[in-house]
Amino acid sequence: MKLVYEISVDGRKGVRLPASDVPAATPLPGEFLRAEPAGLPELSELDVVRHYTQLSRRNVGVDTTFYPLGSCTMKYNPKALEEGARLFLPFHPMIGLLPGGEALAQGSLATLYHVGDLLEEITGMDAVTCQPMAGAHGEMTGIMLIAAYHKAKGNKKKYVIVPDSSHGTNPASAAMVGYQVVTIPTAPYGDMDLEAFKAALNSEVAAVMMTCPNTLGLFNPHIKEICDLAHGVDALVYYDGANLNAILGQMRPGDVGFDVVHVNLHKTFGTPHGSGGPGSGPVGVKKALIPFLPAPRVVRRKDGGFTLAADNPQSIGRTANFFGNFGIIARAYAYILMLGREGLIEVSERAVLNANYVMSRLKDLYDLPFDQTCMHECVFSASRQMQHDIHAIDIAKFLIDKGFHPPTVYFPMIVKEAMMIEPTETESKATLDAFVDAMREAAELAEKDPAALKRAPVTTPISRLDETKAAREQNVCFA
Amino acid sequence: MSFTPHTPEEIREMLATIGVGSIDDLFRPIPKELRARSFDLPPGISEFEMMARLQEMAAQNGHVVPFVGGGYYDHVIPAAVDHLAGRSEFYTAYTPYQPEISQGSLQALFEYQSAICRLTSLESSNASLYDGGTALAEAAMMALRVTGRDRVILDGAINPFHRAIVRTYLANLPVEIVELPPVNGMLDRQSLDGMLDGRCAAVMVQNPTFFGCVADYSDLAAQVHKSGALLVSSVYAVSLGLLKTPGEMGVDIAVGDGQSLGNHLSFGGPAFGFIAAKKQYIRNMPGRIVGETVDREGRRGFVLTLQAREQHIKRHKATSNICSNQSLCALRGLIFLVSLGKRGLVELARLNRDNAEYAKRALAAVRGVSIPFGGPTFNEFSIRLPKRADDVVASLLQRGIAAGVPLGSYYPGEENSLVVTVTEKRSKAEIDLLARELEGAL
Repeated sequence: MKLVYEISVDGRKGVRLPASDVPAATPLPGEFLRAEPAGLPELSELDVVRHYTQLSRRNVGVDTTFYPLGSCTMKYNPKALEEGARLFLPFHPMIGLLPGGEALAQGSLATLYHVGDLLEEITGMDAVTCQPMAGAHGEMTGIMLIAAYHKAKGNKKKYVIVPDSSHGTNPASAAMVGYQVVTIPTAPYGDMDLEAFKAALNSEVAAVMMTCPNTLGLFNPHIKEICDLAHGVDALVYYDGANLNAILGQMRPGDVGFDVVHVNLHKTFGTPHGSGGPGSGPVGVKKALIPFLPAPRVVRRKDGGFTLAADNPQSIGRTANFFGNFGIIARAYAYILMLGREGLIEVSERAVLNANYVMSRLKDLYDLPFDQTCMHECVFSASRQMQHDIHAIDIAKFLIDKGFHPPTVYFPMIVKEAMMIEPTETESKATLDAFVDAMREAAELAEKDPAALKRAPVTTPISRLDETKAAREQNVCFA
Repeated sequence: MSFTPHTPEEIREMLATIGVGSIDDLFRPIPKELRARSFDLPPGISEFEMMARLQEMAAQNGHVVPFVGGGYYDHVIPAAVDHLAGRSEFYTAYTPYQPEISQGSLQALFEYQSAICRLTSLESSNASLYDGGTALAEAAMMALRVTGRDRVILDGAINPFHRAIVRTYLANLPVEIVELPPVNGMLDRQSLDGMLDGRCAAVMVQNPTFFGCVADYSDLAAQVHKSGALLVSSVYAVSLGLLKTPGEMGVDIAVGDGQSLGNHLSFGGPAFGFIAAKKQYIRNMPGRIVGETVDREGRRGFVLTLQAREQHIKRHKATSNICSNQSLCALRGLIFLVSLGKRGLVELARLNRDNAEYAKRALAAVRGVSIPFGGPTFNEFSIRLPKRADDVVASLLQRGIAAGVPLGSYYPGEENSLVVTVTEKRSKAEIDLLARELEGAL
């Protein structure tokens, strides 16, 4: 398809701007002006609408396609969430910060407060900030809170421990806060090697970052012991909420001993992923960390109204322009209100049911490196298919031709040729069966006609792309 | 109601296939003593009841005529932006890891990167960051990596919220931040002169400044480069319809809030941050980047590229921890820009400046009001009042007007000043009303 710049026609116009009813200003002196207008295309409104409508048809989303992308929780995004968030679109964030402006922002402040309140109960934490704008942003904020805690106590800390099965964002976030990362291998039983962890733990460890269930979809039965051991050296324990969907209403990080938690509203709480964002990554903390939370904080006044607390001198400061991705937070509020207690418990039940069902139906044909009851996702390996030179990527591309978005492949890195399947709770048995059939067909083709898998995908507007060329030429902007 | 489709019969069949008796059996890996001690949430409600609840809450917000900016601006948004970004093929997709079924997002992001490059006159852009403030912080870290130095100089005329984010981001790293108090609403060039030494990684400025002053940083760029440091500039996207671009000035990294490009105010988000840089710095760029390539048949296509910079490959050695960005908001920005087009963006910028110049004259004519900085401005400007700006702004809010952002909380000594923003959406009648009400409040 042509680029939007390639369909431009000189002199065409798409938008009529409001007429001016003031006199034209004296032009700025030339030294302050750009030499020529930005090279934007000239198009009619229909040109624009058709171009992006056609582009949208070259995409698949949860609304078009089963999307079992492991670790990403691609559940259905209820339409009412979009309508709920729309109600708050016209409100300028600055109004709430003006003297006397809080009175004009009570609805927005209440939304932030209530979502924080609900997330506290869901995670078992004592306070929540909704400021972080994505999961990784929440991780960084959480580790900054931990750093502030240690600093306030005069603790000398250098290290953050992460298991090798963690998301890449965990070590990256710890490094951005200036910590050295210690990586602990996974034991044959599928969780962080407890003995290696004990050996690495010392008084210079600031934090341990855990994903539970982990990226293999397994619940770590030693999780409480890990928390207790860490607390023994005054290290705090961080809960990566990427996989919270598995344990909603079943287990709360706060009860187990976690000190800091982030939640991905765009995974667990039904808000859409937007082709890569916006997300939202609220962070929950235990009491000892409340003084360090980002500013500004929404608190409830004695009269029931909402206000922005005076900045705490120990606060880590600001992590976002204003209050975070408010529109996403409002969507999550709508989701939690609609599902309620029973609905949220049903989420984890059905998510775990779906994942175990897919796992049971595929483990005769694909290697399952950790064969135990999984939580919300299961991780297979294409190692058996590699005898026929078929890799996870080939199976993924074949699934595209069968009308499915592939699972996450090559992650977690600790599993060779990993295929990480997260069906989510909103998919039906019929959809799962069709997906399983396609996976079984791929396994069969791997033996009988591997070339067919290598050709895939053949039903898409383009075939496999040359990623090396892209990296070499670095053509990231239309000349 | 959890939007789950399973019938009791299907659940029975699935459990039988798995070989367990109940769903509860599947949760056996969670030791009993670790099960949730509480889950005290309200019962679920229908979407209609939920909407009624949210409508009631939204009604607790007040509507005022906004003459405020602070990084977020009340601009027109063509209806096509909402409709196209509302295509669920875009908004219910994930990061485009599988390019064959994600060419829609990938091509759009490539077009977005191209638009940002054209807007800023720089050669590379990523696929978006969270917001303008975090983009500024990422730019600081990028400059520290590029130069291997350990100090950044922040112009105090940069948006105070953005500076606060930079302080937060860098607080735990072995680097120093020097903030230069502004002089006449702009960078203190004289103080800067003595500070450009071998430790300085970046000088960070904003155009227009938080006070509304428009600058030409061309000679500053030359001076900064001579010291081996980078010049980072935060810019207001819509102003680039008219103003000299970062690239034309010699700026190395340009960042900014993309909200003004087709994203709703939405109480502060979601919108997006943009970052663009000279091509030589692309490998130090944070976040996703889309690149052009070809498929097996030689057809043009787009993929996520230079991923070896990113956290999912490099883990603790990544250029940033960012994973999810603000793609859908960047798509909105793109659709906004191409809808306005080449001449439309110029016209939009001009309308803003015309309105602001008219307002500046109208407010300067109010007894007791003065314009503290004489230089050129775009669509916001500072005014000085004969009394505390906080009190005046609070009293005008009662009358339905957000008159501006008082500066006292951010700049000690400026208690009587405020920054007034006038976009194309403000009518002459609204501006005249602001002038009248201001007169009444003084």
